[in-house]
Amino acid sequence: MALKRKSRHFNWTRKHLLGLRELSEEEITFILDTARGFEEISKRSVKKAPPLRGKVVVNLFFEDSTRTRNSFTLAAQRLSADVVEFTKKLSSVSKGETLLDTARNLEALGIDIVVIRHEAAGAPKLLARNINACVVNAGDGYCEHPTQALLDTYTIRRKRGTLEGLKIAIVGDIAHSRVARSDMWAMTKLGAEVTFVGPPTLMPAEVSRLPVKVSYSLDEVIEHVDVVNMLRIQFERMGGNPFPSVREYSHYFGLTAERMKRAKPDITVMHPGPINRGLEVESEVADGPNSVILQQVTNGVAVRMAVLFLVNHAAAQRA
Amino acid sequence: MKTILDSEQVGRILDDMCSRIAADTRSKPNVAVIGVRSRGEQLGERLAMCLAGKLGREVPSGTLDITLYRDDLNSPQSHWQPQVRTTEIGFDIDDKFIILVDDVLFTGRSTRAAMDALIDLGRPEAIRLAVLVERAGREFPIQADYVGYHADVKGDERIRVRLVECDDKDEVVVE
Repeated sequence: MALKRKSRHFNWTRKHLLGLRELSEEEITFILDTARGFEEISKRSVKKAPPLRGKVVVNLFFEDSTRTRNSFTLAAQRLSADVVEFTKKLSSVSKGETLLDTARNLEALGIDIVVIRHEAAGAPKLLARNINACVVNAGDGYCEHPTQALLDTYTIRRKRGTLEGLKIAIVGDIAHSRVARSDMWAMTKLGAEVTFVGPPTLMPAEVSRLPVKVSYSLDEVIEHVDVVNMLRIQFERMGGNPFPSVREYSHYFGLTAERMKRAKPDITVMHPGPINRGLEVESEVADGPNSVILQQVTNGVAVRMAVLFLVNHAAAQRA
Repeated sequence: MKTILDSEQVGRILDDMCSRIAADTRSKPNVAVIGVRSRGEQLGERLAMCLAGKLGREVPSGTLDITLYRDDLNSPQSHWQPQVRTTEIGFDIDDKFIILVDDVLFTGRSTRAAMDALIDLGRPEAIRLAVLVERAGREFPIQADYVGYHADVKGDERIRVRLVECDDKDEVVVE
């Protein structure tokens, strides 16, 4: 579907992408429009374009990640940047080095862009204030995961043309989800109506102050929504027993083939991955015609290329 | 602002250019047209259609966005916002006889970028350059194979090509 281009004369000036809460609708739209031009590069036989030639991107990941890190690495490489991989286990952090010292040391090596994932909310902002390189947030605590939300909104726009007026349900473990928060900022700014759906034990305490509707029943909302984003149950982040059993969770909040029968026929099914098959989404649905789960992965590279390209350009303009 | 070509003249010039290209490509079944964004896109589409008519066969056409190949992308002096748009070439350019179409040939830098962008997509048999307007001011050793109109303008003057597809009407003006 063709996209409307609303941002022709917009001027991008940010050298960091820390979160979507602080971005305007125009800025988000501009990133998505820019990403559209990068899609084609990944379809070439030689998947390479030159705009970040000679630039160094470091993946500074303090939490495990495969898909986001690989996606950023591919995005940087397809723009001809060099990539340095940095993981907590293999670094001096395990010897007691602080985040800022690590970053300053990397900067002394001559890097241009830091892609950071950290368990502490605000870590990317701290970094941005203290180093000269561009900083891109790849997930901080339960705060934001802006590129995931950008690829989610990009995928919806590609599928449905616009977010304006769409009803979107984000389902599951909202409390532990930075994706839910970033999605909420992006989607509501682009004109969608967002409902958080999940058991009360997995709703964040501040939910009543957020620009969303809240429902504790997937059955209540499934008939009305245009898009459903099924979050992963993050067993690794959960303390206590937020729900009695996996089977019970799946019974009330899983997207089953049975439940899909009551959904709109053209409902778009999303999942940020990695899927716990049969828990959040039944295989039949995850692999079915309404699912855009693999398009999300593909689009993630284009969106991250756009982000790296734009922050780098903003930095060059300031130099 | 001064109009140097009106709509009728633009039409006549394009038709004449199309005839010359058709004469040179009659024996080339692999001819294809690629327009450089933004105004080259529409010019390319028109030329491809005209060529198809004159040659009596289909002529594939596509659009090239050269933003990522510009040589001033990372230059701090250039206070411009790159608008990355899509490259849409629905055919394999390997072994094609490419007519590269742009609106104005000035410094030659866009053409250099366009050739680099094309080479990243494959290995054409040849590339020929067709421009609606050329002017003095070349910074690179690049010349067009098909020139619609040579404009005598001063160094600080700007040539603008307006086309009915994106502007009100076909015309070429000097500002």
